[in-house]
Amino acid sequence: MSEIIKNDYAHHSSRRKFLKTLAAGVGLIALPDKNASASLWEEFFQKHFRELSKEELKNVLTRLETKYGKQFSKQVTVKATPPIEGVRYGYALDLSRCIGCRRCVYACVKENNQSRDPQIHWIRVMQLNKEKGVDLSQAEHYYNPDKVPEKGHFYMPVQCQQCENPPCTKVCPVQATWKEKDGIVVVDYNWCIGCRYCMAACPYGARHFNWGKPGLPAAEMNPATHYLGNRPRPKGVVEKCTFCVQRTREQPGRYPACEEICPVGARKFGNLLDPESEIRYLIENKRVFILKEELNTQPKFFYFYAT
Amino acid sequence: MKNIWNFFAGTLVLVSKGSKAYYCWVFFLLILMGIGALAYAYQLNEGLIVTAMRDQVSWGFYISNFTFMVGVAAAAVLLVIPAYVYEWGPIKEFAVLGELLAVSAIVMCLLFVTVDIGHPERFWHLIPKLGLLNFPQSLLAWDVVVLNTYLVLNLTISIYILYSLYYRREPKHNFYTPLVLLSIPSAISIHTVTAFLYNGLGARPFWNSSILVPRFLASAFCSGPAFMLLIFLLVRKYTKFRIKDEAIQKVAEIMAYAMFINLLLLGAEIFKEYYTDTVHLASFQYLFQGLHGHSALVPYIWTAMIFNITAFFLFLVPATRKNTITLIIGCVLVFAGVYIEKGMGLVIPGFIPDTLHEIYEYSPSGTELLLAMGIWATGLFVYTMLLRVAIPILNGDFHVADDGVGSYIGDQLFIAQQKDEHLPEPAHSEAEPAA
Repeated sequence: MSEIIKNDYAHHSSRRKFLKTLAAGVGLIALPDKNASASLWEEFFQKHFRELSKEELKNVLTRLETKYGKQFSKQVTVKATPPIEGVRYGYALDLSRCIGCRRCVYACVKENNQSRDPQIHWIRVMQLNKEKGVDLSQAEHYYNPDKVPEKGHFYMPVQCQQCENPPCTKVCPVQATWKEKDGIVVVDYNWCIGCRYCMAACPYGARHFNWGKPGLPAAEMNPATHYLGNRPRPKGVVEKCTFCVQRTREQPGRYPACEEICPVGARKFGNLLDPESEIRYLIENKRVFILKEELNTQPKFFYFYAT
Repeated sequence: MKNIWNFFAGTLVLVSKGSKAYYCWVFFLLILMGIGALAYAYQLNEGLIVTAMRDQVSWGFYISNFTFMVGVAAAAVLLVIPAYVYEWGPIKEFAVLGELLAVSAIVMCLLFVTVDIGHPERFWHLIPKLGLLNFPQSLLAWDVVVLNTYLVLNLTISIYILYSLYYRREPKHNFYTPLVLLSIPSAISIHTVTAFLYNGLGARPFWNSSILVPRFLASAFCSGPAFMLLIFLLVRKYTKFRIKDEAIQKVAEIMAYAMFINLLLLGAEIFKEYYTDTVHLASFQYLFQGLHGHSALVPYIWTAMIFNITAFFLFLVPATRKNTITLIIGCVLVFAGVYIEKGMGLVIPGFIPDTLHEIYEYSPSGTELLLAMGIWATGLFVYTMLLRVAIPILNGDFHVADDGVGSYIGDQLFIAQQKDEHLPEPAHSEAEPAA
């Protein structure tokens, strides 16, 4: 992290000064309530995450913790844990095991503070025909039988593929989304302008927009958050799966919520750079494929058939 | 400096004067703008959920209108090239009106983008140095640059020329010619970059076709001139400004060629998709035939096709091109046809079926329609104001007074039926200023 945030500090000091003066000036004129307005203007003029100095980042995190604490009436932590050296996350999903129960979908919603109303899901599970194989044009997105799996069908969950060559970050006009050193594609919700160009560019439908004000009941809010991950989002910004950055970057780390909940063990998660990891074993020994290989997005999300 | 202020003050006095028809028109636009503003306030408060856009179709009516208006703006170059490069008199007389149209169209473009984004107050993130413009990676960043360059160029050229004429000076060639020459590639660039914006996405096969740029340009050279011709015919009828028939004929002729190329390119795309018959056909099927029982866009695209083909023949045949009535019909057909084809017909099928092959049928919500109407009214308002100043200046009815400070206003009405227009032999003596 230190490496990320120290850059450009000197470079942008004049801009910072200008912004500060502007913020102070405008704040003074426009708003009578000094304390409330101070944090509002601080938020408005907050710099891009990667340009924050250590000190500034600390202030931002504190400001957010206070804000969310008030909003949800509970103690909220907002961390900015940096990537771990020597780690590049990979995910593998066993299509022969997945039963399409969608437990991962809802565990994800719970863990990552997605809006309940309007509903936002980072994982989409598709029901496919065994006869047709992985043919997305035959996919049923809203299957809803009493019992899964249904005969003659298999299930394919899709979430952010954490591409090595992400088309979504390239198109962002303000660099509000980028790939971190551990390979996770993240969004700075305080920098995103909400143009949704990244959503047009993503070949996997992995990006989601807060069309309305996110509906997140205080009681269900997960207070252990990460700045680039599951902290509450404002309306009008794009969000996406981060492989539960708030869990996986901790030491000792935890598995992503979707991995943890899977009742059939179809989901595998690990460090691609560790030759001894389970994920490396699977990639080397199973029949593995990636989604839309021809687009050269180089996903780090692998589908495989264990049996 | 003082001169600039006097000029500006003079224009303010000028735009406040006009006939009843002028006032009615302006107030009508102001009302529509007010409705649009209310719709925007509502949208800002509730979020973009009040539109019909969703994750599957994440751009809709606003971006469709934006795309179309970029074409209209780019088309001003069709007047600029004959006027300034070939020094063709009949068009040079009113090329400024084309540049002002470009200005108004760009204003609309910027407004359509502004209302589409989730956090318009963060616009400063786009300003280099202040924010973090992702240039040259993001095509949207390129679009920000070229659109603003084009806006500034056209504003500078037209205001400089009008300002000089107001002070009864000949505009200096060596000042505006380089700017005009720069505005030509700049016009091409705004449309090219806007096409690249869609074109460069591997995720959307419907847009990921290399003839998208020429298709964009060809259609722009139909729709832009169509709009201009309609306005010029109105201007000719209701203001004192004279536009020669041959100029209008020339523009109509160019449109016939452009429409031919447009239809040819579209045909080439349709052939390729239908004959190869891969999964990428789905969006075309959705657009032209309907897909899995979903066919919201089918009537629109066929309307557009019929409009465009009919208009092509109207412009191709000299007799119908020269007849004012059929010319007007042709212009309306082209304008509507391209508006559908390059707007909803281009943007929406890119998202249907979506990347995971889900079909979400989109049609704009009431808020989207009202807001878009407000932006159209704003564009027309801006153009009306610009014309209110430009036309009297070009006619010599608005210039600095003899004392060198005040201004002479010879045209008090602006919008009024010009009686002499339809007489077989124009009686110029009747065309004196009504004031």
